[in-house]
Amino acid sequence: MIGTTIKNREAELNVFRSRAIVAGLGILLAFAILTARMVYLQVIKHDHYHTLAEANRISVVPVVPTRGLILDRNGEVLAANTSAYTLEVTPAKVNNLDAVLDDLSNVVEIQPRDRRRLKRLLEESKNFESLPVRNRLTEEEVARFAVNRFRFPGFDIRARLFRNYPQGEIASHAIGYIGRINVADVKRIETNGLTSNYKGTEHMGKQGIEASYEAELHGSTGSEQVEIDAGGRAIRSLAKSAPTAGNDLKLTLDIRLQRIAEEAFDARRGSMVAIEPSTGEILALISKPGFDPNLFVDGIDPLNWDLLNTSADKPLLNRALRGAYPPGSTIKPFLALAALESGKRTPQQAISDPGVFRLPGVTHYWNDDKVGGHGSVDMVKSIVVSCDTYYYQLASETDIDDTAKFLGSLGFGGKTGIDIDGELEGTLPSRQWKSSRFAKATPDARKWYTGDSISAGIGQGYNAFTPMQLAHATATIANDGVAMRPHLVRTVTDAATGKAKAMADQVANKPTSLGLRPENVALIKEAMAGVVTAGTSARAFVNAGYVSAGKTGTAQVFGLKRGEKYAEGRVTEKLRDHAWYIAYAPADKPKIAIAVMVENGGKGAAAAAPIARAVMDYYLLGKLPDVKKIKAAEADEKPDDE
Amino acid sequence: MKATINRLFFAITRSLDGPLMIAFAVLAAISLAVVFSASGGITFDRAMGQARNFGIALVAMWIIANIPPQTLMRFAIPVYLLGLGLLISVALFGEIRNGARRWLNIGFTIQPSEIMKIGMPLLLAWYFHRKEEGLSFKDYLIAGVILMVPTLLVMRQPDLGTAILIFSAGFFVIFFAGLSWKLLIAGGIGALASLPLLWNYVLHDYQRDRVLMLLDPTSDPLGAGYHIIQSTIAIGSGGILGKGWQAGSQAQLDFIPERSTDFILAVFGEEFGLIGVLLLFTLYLIIIGRGLMISINAHTTFARLLGGAVTLSFFTYAFVNIGMVTGILPVVGVPLPLMSYGGTAILSMCISFGMLMSIATHKQLVST
Repeated sequence: MIGTTIKNREAELNVFRSRAIVAGLGILLAFAILTARMVYLQVIKHDHYHTLAEANRISVVPVVPTRGLILDRNGEVLAANTSAYTLEVTPAKVNNLDAVLDDLSNVVEIQPRDRRRLKRLLEESKNFESLPVRNRLTEEEVARFAVNRFRFPGFDIRARLFRNYPQGEIASHAIGYIGRINVADVKRIETNGLTSNYKGTEHMGKQGIEASYEAELHGSTGSEQVEIDAGGRAIRSLAKSAPTAGNDLKLTLDIRLQRIAEEAFDARRGSMVAIEPSTGEILALISKPGFDPNLFVDGIDPLNWDLLNTSADKPLLNRALRGAYPPGSTIKPFLALAALESGKRTPQQAISDPGVFRLPGVTHYWNDDKVGGHGSVDMVKSIVVSCDTYYYQLASETDIDDTAKFLGSLGFGGKTGIDIDGELEGTLPSRQWKSSRFAKATPDARKWYTGDSISAGIGQGYNAFTPMQLAHATATIANDGVAMRPHLVRTVTDAATGKAKAMADQVANKPTSLGLRPENVALIKEAMAGVVTAGTSARAFVNAGYVSAGKTGTAQVFGLKRGEKYAEGRVTEKLRDHAWYIAYAPADKPKIAIAVMVENGGKGAAAAAPIARAVMDYYLLGKLPDVKKIKAAEADEKPDDE
Repeated sequence: MKATINRLFFAITRSLDGPLMIAFAVLAAISLAVVFSASGGITFDRAMGQARNFGIALVAMWIIANIPPQTLMRFAIPVYLLGLGLLISVALFGEIRNGARRWLNIGFTIQPSEIMKIGMPLLLAWYFHRKEEGLSFKDYLIAGVILMVPTLLVMRQPDLGTAILIFSAGFFVIFFAGLSWKLLIAGGIGALASLPLLWNYVLHDYQRDRVLMLLDPTSDPLGAGYHIIQSTIAIGSGGILGKGWQAGSQAQLDFIPERSTDFILAVFGEEFGLIGVLLLFTLYLIIIGRGLMISINAHTTFARLLGGAVTLSFFTYAFVNIGMVTGILPVVGVPLPLMSYGGTAILSMCISFGMLMSIATHKQLVST
């Protein structure tokens, strides 16, 4: 009943024809719909889809600028960039990283050190970041990996520029190092509004020049429009705005001088700062022991980090800027100058030194270093022979706040303004300082006593200054009382223009005259010259070939009981005195001013002065030092008066 | 000599249909060019493979075209039963690839559903031809069983695209045989009504996803929606004139998945633009129009029904594929006829058209 009955061929053919027409119309309608859809996509919405297609294929990637070089004053390279292959991994793309690394180590050598570092980086970074597994692959390793690459998804080889410190440990504290940008760095970059300039940058300066001059060294990031495929791989470059390389820095450091000084220190701990007095240019800045900054470049492995960080010798501490030590007798010329300026003493005024100093009404007495005393001592002699009693007496008559004020004007107890970060102020004792230092103590303990002044009067007691401060103050005296701001960067070569601009204009040379009377400065300089010719450092400078001026210092690390004689051999190394020597040369027209401090080195004349001698010999005469001689001098020297 | 060549040429082309052959030749040329471009434009491997596919398929078409329709009719039952038997074998011990049981390993792997694409219209056309004297409801019921058993088997594999093609091939025979409009409309309403059931109980999760993706491809831009999004971007960015051969960024930079097979239209639309697409549509319409003409002029019920079904099946392929690539139909694995890379699809298509040509060139023999 429902089925259509077809009686004959003709009727059947008619049915077919009508069905074919219906089908044909249906097909035309269908194609009309498809055509409409095509017109909609390709004509009406073309712009929209065109934009989407472009967005698909074009990716803007940052082009990281080449970091500026760091050179010493003679153009010797201190920090450079070398191209090398690195094997990197994106942890998010790898299951069971340890097993894959085991497998991978058959292809590319992976040391336990690399694994430890990777583990540390994994903890610090996000999973989708590309992290270095091995750096500086050999060509052979690159080839071997390329063949086996399919087995290690998530691993890739990249050619990258590495920061390289060819001097190794030499000047490591001044140059500093770069390291991978961490979370704290990212925050700092954000705060400074530099986020876009740091896109793609993986490293930044962490210490020393590298950190303080980050803005000059980094350069500005360029960008590149790259065509990418669906997998995100770059196919070809479409447009590029070139990055501007970081500016090259030419330092004031003389790396050869630096090396000679560091070699002179040998294995001893300590610090030395050498300054050109007329400019404030720092010729050498030493903190021993140093470290190899190359270890930090791609994330230091935990083992090396622990070694550096927990070492009793504190190799990561920049002693020149952050080590505050009692200055010992090296403070005497400055105190003498203060007395001259204030009128407390005249040059001729002499005391009689019986070898001991007593305060009226006080049972405690202060020993001179020389048993029996130095006899009649005027100001020049007090410096030449380093007479303690002269300064005990001076201190007992001088208000500590006046002393603090004068020493403060020479830069003690404040920042010298050196152009790298991290400088400590040290301790310049005064009434106010003591009362706030012991704020929680009893009122009696907060009070300043004459006894405090007397200890401070020979550079002991509460005094604590950095080698940088001593060197700066010495340079200021050498420069006839005109302070030059100490600095490490001499010129900055603009990467874009190729022009070098002197940093002196910007940071360094605002000469600050301290307003000292020339005759007073001249007298102190005369006395310091006397130290070298006839005083405590005469032995160290015998046959020098130039005239220098100096002052030795031996700073006690712990207090001696009354009547106890200090015997070097009896105390443990860490409790031995710190050896100091401050100097400048030539005495008439100073080209170099130095402060040397050898931690627990013993006598300043024996341990510190020979280092200054070696540095000056090289700097003024071009003479290379004989390290053996310096060591022999130290062993040979008899404990002298200071 | 010249006469010999002429005679040879006539002997070869006697069984072929001129307009269809011209359209095929143009399509084959386009297909080779696009497959070459889609395979990166560096190696000729894929394009050569496609040329081989066309070569084999044309030989098969010529052979089939030389078989008179009456002889073809004799193949109806064996081909259908072979296809059915193989489909049942697949269901029992077929090979599973990508979560679907579609392949049978008999020394080499075959996909029996392809045989059914030919076997289905062949058998139904034969069935209605035999029943020339008048069709009852029972006849349609039997035709329905013949239609649905293989369709459901293929759907179970699951292979919705092929199931649709097999179903439509058979359905078109029934349609041309004269199934009443009332029944057609009732069936249509019934199908619509059963959509929720189909949705809930028949469709697999991934198939439901594909339909949902069609409605809102951006809901999963990197997952199921990726194909649709990237292919519409490709086509849309092609504009009117296209980006030029081998110059489509979407195609050349791997953004279009399956770009030499199911999504070849996206490559074509991107590189040749609306102009190219309209040329393609025109060629398809020429083929469909010619097919319908051949069918109308055929002299037997079998030939008419078979011809009509083959033609409409071809249309269905094209429509489903174009609809899918342009984002108006869900993604089902249907290749673009005579364009997509793939030997089996081209072969089964050409065998179908071989039958159509056989109908076109053998009608004199029948009428005498």
